[in-house]
Amino acid sequence: MCVFAGGALPLASLLVWGLSGLPAFGDFHGAYALLVDRIVVAQRHATDAVTAVNFDYRALDTLGEEFILFTSVAGLAVLLREQRGERLRAITRGAGEHHFQGASYALRALTLVLVGPVLVLSAYIDAHGAITPGGGFQGGVVGAAALLLVFLGGSYLAMRRLSPHALVEAAEAAGAGGYALVGLGGMVFAAAYFQNFLGLGTPATLISAGTIPLSSLAVGLEVSGAFVLLWAEFLDQALVVRGR
Amino acid sequence: MSFLPYGVAAWLFMIGLYGLASSENLIGMVICLAVLQSSTYVLLLAIGYRSHASAPIFADIPPGSRAVDPVVQALTLTDVVVEATVVALLLALAVQAHKRFGTLDPARLNPLRG
Repeated sequence: MCVFAGGALPLASLLVWGLSGLPAFGDFHGAYALLVDRIVVAQRHATDAVTAVNFDYRALDTLGEEFILFTSVAGLAVLLREQRGERLRAITRGAGEHHFQGASYALRALTLVLVGPVLVLSAYIDAHGAITPGGGFQGGVVGAAALLLVFLGGSYLAMRRLSPHALVEAAEAAGAGGYALVGLGGMVFAAAYFQNFLGLGTPATLISAGTIPLSSLAVGLEVSGAFVLLWAEFLDQALVVRGR
Repeated sequence: MSFLPYGVAAWLFMIGLYGLASSENLIGMVICLAVLQSSTYVLLLAIGYRSHASAPIFADIPPGSRAVDPVVQALTLTDVVVEATVVALLLALAVQAHKRFGTLDPARLNPLRG
């Protein structure tokens, strides 16, 4: 405790000193932000400035961000691979511990009812990223949560049946590659990588803002796949892998 | 009063750091790291806030209205993704550490044990 205080107090005072140099809360005048707020609807026909920044103005950075997720899921699969002396238990029907332990009938009924609406919500958030708050990352996580609901209310077997590893991996790779391809389309049909090359449409309609909805859907697919794989790896550790 | 959000960010950072230093469980350490990193969300969003401004969504307000900074919000999204990946990898390492050493107490992870 004394050692921690000895290190933390100077750090805390340094932090407070640094923060006190910032402009007062609510008094922000960043030139770039003000410019984006002013021109985004006229220039890109997107009404959600955050998504426009993510999938258009900073699309290349988002490519890196997407591949951070992609690489970390690959790294996770390597870390949690089958170790020496471990064996995988066959997932069979009727194996009691493959069910979520606390699942009551009420929970199972509720999750069953929720799976469909959650999937629809995910697609909605993906598709409307350019109009209202949302986009591929948010919609993707919501979509992956639908499969987690299947596990909560049904069983691990049902979750694995609905999301075979090969299919989820293919979907994740298709999403990641698809987003990079949207960027290449900018090079082919316009001047530069990730330049918006599709018709911009009417602002605040479903087909608008050019490549932004396309990018959003690709990223949504990638994020859904990544999170399903991530959760399946951890659930495998708890339910399927048996040690020496 | 106008510096309160920055204070919250600093407090989250320090409380997360204290948790990291004092935690006796690897899972707890990962959660403390998440708390520590969430201070950056508060800081980023606080920096981009403009008083009496709405969200940078121009679907129901006229374009050009006073809105907060969308760029730091996009950066916060990147931050969230990075935190999710970091937490996932650290939890995977905790799983393997528990398999190898039979404990999650970082003080009892003995690297010399076979």
